[in-house]
Amino acid sequence: MAPGDILVDVRGVAKHYGEGETRVDALRSVDLRVHVGEVIALLGPSGSGKTTLLNVIGCILAPTAGRVELDGDAVFDGKWLRSDLRRLRLDKIGFIFQAHNLLPFLTAEENVSVVLDLAGWPAERGRERARDLLDYLEVGHRAKVKPALLSGGEAQRVAIARALANRPRIILADEPTAALDSGRAQLVMDLLRKLASDQKACIIAVTHDEKIFDRFDRLIHLRDGRLVDS
Amino acid sequence: MNLAIKDIRHGLFRFVLTCLGLGLLMTVVLAMIGIYNGLVADALAVVKAPAADVWVVEAGTQGPFAEASSIPATTRDAVARMPGVAEAGAITYQTIEASHAGGTLRLYVIGFEPGRPGGPQRITEGRGLGRSHFELLADRKTGLVPGETIRLGRDRFTVVGLVEDAMNSGGDPAVYVTLADALTLQTAMDPAAARVQAARGDGGLRPPTVAAVVARLQPGADVALLTATVRQWKHLSALSQSEQEQLLLASVVDRARRQIGLFLGILLSVSAVVIALIIYTMTMEKLKQIATLKLIGAPDRTIVGLIVQQALILGISGLAIGLALILLVKDSFPRRVVLEPFNALVLTGIILMVCLVASGLGVRAALKVDPATALGG
Repeated sequence: MAPGDILVDVRGVAKHYGEGETRVDALRSVDLRVHVGEVIALLGPSGSGKTTLLNVIGCILAPTAGRVELDGDAVFDGKWLRSDLRRLRLDKIGFIFQAHNLLPFLTAEENVSVVLDLAGWPAERGRERARDLLDYLEVGHRAKVKPALLSGGEAQRVAIARALANRPRIILADEPTAALDSGRAQLVMDLLRKLASDQKACIIAVTHDEKIFDRFDRLIHLRDGRLVDS
Repeated sequence: MNLAIKDIRHGLFRFVLTCLGLGLLMTVVLAMIGIYNGLVADALAVVKAPAADVWVVEAGTQGPFAEASSIPATTRDAVARMPGVAEAGAITYQTIEASHAGGTLRLYVIGFEPGRPGGPQRITEGRGLGRSHFELLADRKTGLVPGETIRLGRDRFTVVGLVEDAMNSGGDPAVYVTLADALTLQTAMDPAAARVQAARGDGGLRPPTVAAVVARLQPGADVALLTATVRQWKHLSALSQSEQEQLLLASVVDRARRQIGLFLGILLSVSAVVIALIIYTMTMEKLKQIATLKLIGAPDRTIVGLIVQQALILGISGLAIGLALILLVKDSFPRRVVLEPFNALVLTGIILMVCLVASGLGVRAALKVDPATALGG
């Protein structure tokens, strides 16, 4: 693949907590490249560093050492290279949560358009984009419903719509199918694969769900903070 | 998109209940402010009623409100003749209990000379005293109505008019009678043994005494000079109107005023803590949502706006409910509840400050939230 196709480039990233006897190495010199259209899974036992790596790529957690580039922009090289990390997340990264984390006081449509509102889109255009996304994800008929009245699958699709709203090229998912039954989980993964392809994005998902392993392009295994194979 | 309003509408019932609770607390705070003001206003009402410039009282006393004062009724003529005095009137004060409508009415009886200083400034219903005996003007809070009669001492008086906000510092509503009737009433209230002795002719006739003589001065007359002149008489003393008001506040109602003032301070502190707790709890309940907002890229100003707007809406709604409730019930209090626009303004300022400080605690907690907590990992 061409260098321009690399959306996530993590080199020599390490993260430790504490010092001396209490030191815990969550990540040890991790190198990872994710290309346009790729859908990869981060696997490993609890405490292996999956979530830490996801947080580092999501610019939520500063590594102790290493370099991180997102969509061609260097964002970390021993220190954060940008002060507006939230804006960076808003523009480049979409998050899909295990428990969908929709804002309970907003309707499905508003949960999607709030991202565009934060990004400075005009309200009407934001609503249109939200409706289009919800239609695309086949939950358009539930646009005016609040999350409490959505089924698990509907809520997760709204959460995916929210993650995609501002057309991010990097989508990070934390156990995206944990709350879904087997059939619905397969559908969500098919949808994510299609989105990655359509939007020229990449998807990095933390998962334990063996039933969906075949839907990933690569399975990245972590153990004790190291990549053990891929 | 206004997230604060959306969140309030989502949990509207709970928010309204919280506002109502806060509103009731504000009602109590406003009631205490009103009672405090009412205490001062009541105490001053009786002093301000004669619209006098100078009070002439018994020497060595701070009468007639802080201490008992008794001076010869003829003092009025002497004072009226002094240079600079426009008019003077003798006045008496006494508290009596009278039977009325199957109960007991505690009344503050003010005796004055119609046509001279000492009477009420405004009659809100009925007419003034037209006859020299057995007529009275009553404060509306007595429950008496024009045309009604009531027995005071040995005589029955007819209510001919009503006045408002006339009472003593203890809150007993006032009735105005002629000085002649008041002096008779004083005699009727004398101890029984003294009255028996007087009936036997023992002790002779006492010259009539009054509590004070109030004087209004001519324009440009010097109050200080007049009071100094009066003090030269061995048996008399004089106080200016402002001295009389200060004396009343400093001695008669001071302790009650400080007590209510201290209680008001405690109540305001409790309110501040309650408001802070409500706003802090509201914020803490939203930490996961705040973490999600931060994770998806919401700037700090969006999160601060969410908390501060809700805090201000809560505070202002609570205050509005409190104001509405107190205005609705203030006339049902046995004593006057006096609320000035200034009080509402000051309380609004305090509540807004409390809300801002309280939301500051919430904002601090919210800004500390790690967006990673939204990931649940």
